[in-house]
Amino acid sequence: MLVEAMALSDAEWQAIVLSLKIAGSAVGWILIPGIAVAWLLARHEFRGKALLDGLLHLPLVLPPVVVGYLLLLSLGRNGWLGQWLNQGFGFSLPFTWQGAAVAGGVMAFPLLVRAVRLSLEAVDPKLEAAAGTLGANRWRVLFTITLPLAIPGLLTGTVLAFARALSEFGATITFASNIPGETRTLPLALYTLIQTPGKEAAAARLCVLSIAIAMLSLIASEWLARRARLRLEERDR
Amino acid sequence: MSDASRHSPPLAHLQAAPARGGADALECHVQKRLGDFSLDISLSVPASGVTALFGQSGSGKTSLLRLIAGLDRPDAGRVRLGERTLTDIANRTHVPIHKRQLGVVFQEARLFPHYRVRGNLTYGMPPSARPCFDDLVSLLGIEPLLGRLPGTLSGGEARRVAIGRALLTQPRLLLMDEPLTGLDGERKQELLRYLVRLTREIDIPVVYVSHDTAEISAIADHLALIEQGRLTAHGQLDELMMRLDLTDRLGGFDAATRLSAKVVDHDSRYSLTRVALDDGQTLRIPAIEQPPGTPIRLRVGVRDVALAHVMPEGTSYRNGLSAVIEAIEPSPQAPSASEVRLRVGRQRLRARLTRQACDEMQLKAGMIVIGLIRSVAFDSRFQSGNKGL
Repeated sequence: MLVEAMALSDAEWQAIVLSLKIAGSAVGWILIPGIAVAWLLARHEFRGKALLDGLLHLPLVLPPVVVGYLLLLSLGRNGWLGQWLNQGFGFSLPFTWQGAAVAGGVMAFPLLVRAVRLSLEAVDPKLEAAAGTLGANRWRVLFTITLPLAIPGLLTGTVLAFARALSEFGATITFASNIPGETRTLPLALYTLIQTPGKEAAAARLCVLSIAIAMLSLIASEWLARRARLRLEERDR
Repeated sequence: MSDASRHSPPLAHLQAAPARGGADALECHVQKRLGDFSLDISLSVPASGVTALFGQSGSGKTSLLRLIAGLDRPDAGRVRLGERTLTDIANRTHVPIHKRQLGVVFQEARLFPHYRVRGNLTYGMPPSARPCFDDLVSLLGIEPLLGRLPGTLSGGEARRVAIGRALLTQPRLLLMDEPLTGLDGERKQELLRYLVRLTREIDIPVVYVSHDTAEISAIADHLALIEQGRLTAHGQLDELMMRLDLTDRLGGFDAATRLSAKVVDHDSRYSLTRVALDDGQTLRIPAIEQPPGTPIRLRVGVRDVALAHVMPEGTSYRNGLSAVIEAIEPSPQAPSASEVRLRVGRQRLRARLTRQACDEMQLKAGMIVIGLIRSVAFDSRFQSGNKGL
């Protein structure tokens, strides 16, 4: 009886799996560009740096619906980028789960960049200069000194970005719509249930599920961070 | 401690290119403006031995080191190491740091916190340096530290690891920026002894930045005096120490000169070591742990030398050196004193006497006198292991 009550329905499973898939892909596609941009901002001075910084933060301060609408304008079937994608590769983003991943990624990008940039700035440039005197070129310095020392911030940024993509609602529903099995993630499913009279219990279940997933990802990141630290310390044993 | 000397020379592999026949001299002519301060120095560093860049803080010696290392770019001028141009502003040449093959030891150890000591040591080590890893590690006394993380090391230990790490890259030139700064007395003496041993073992020119005369007289062969961004004196340290006009800069009240000698034998009963100068005269100094035949350098304070016409009897002076007076000049240090320059064999020595004593003894240039030096005046902290192993 209890077990039956605890068991997840197909629709719930679908929403969970879809949410994880979309949030995971979102983090996946922004990870490398995010680190690159954070490194650029943390270690270099160039013209237009303030402008780039401001643009990056737009998704944080704009209403998500605006971001979703802008995505629709640029990546939609008639958008300049969307047309090119569609004609060149027969590929269309709006109303697909890939589109939801793009929306989640765009919304999560500033959070990732902020966390990574802070941790990169905390790496002592004197250590990088010392590595240079030991014959290490830029790339070796980046991969053996800068990034390893920034790993805690990288993990924090990744978890933040994942959580942001997981909870993404406004941009997703605007750009990718609310299609069951395709773009109906947990928040969208929850929203749908709330709109449906008599589904309060089901909504509460999704609520609890969301909390559980959030807790799990926090615990996982803690564990990863500890493991990364140990790995770093053990590397030349 | 002295084991390292027996398998000679264990650190030969540290030379970048033994086939090229020896190390390279460094030539630099650099100008740089840093706010109100301007640096304008032409300096050549011999291909062997330790050259000290000496000056007060803010004199520009660290700035010069950074220009040589390629950490900064001069406004004008050039830096050459042997045949190789490292920087030439006129030709728009500036070899990046990682291609310069220079070892740099910074004031702070700058060890990588996420690598163990072994990982730090091997970070820039080419395979050709592998054969001397063990010897260098034992020479620096860091064997027991190999598995530790830098965060757990003491200041002196971390410096030694940093020195090893720089040497294992097989540098053509080793640059050291006040490597003893911030260590307490005991640790400082210990690291200085390691440094002196090391600089005698390796055949790589060393540029050593310091503002401490005692430290420099223990380790340096050559000296470049830097004041307000300019080179004001440059040459063999032994010669510069004889110059009265530099006394203010090189020790002042505690000015000293150096004698080179060889260990003859040890008197374990009184804990004394007998050493011989090049002309065969001997001195007794507090015991040092070096086998007979070891060349050493003695720092002799100008106030520790007394003069007599004949060797006195019934005196506590253990050492009397027959010496010829070269010159007697008024001391720049005190109106009461005269500086007497002496020749002992082929070496030179300074004595600071009261003018009154000079007059009463009727000392004159060309006169043969006895230079009296108390054995306890030799500072074993700076003597031992000097001119090395």
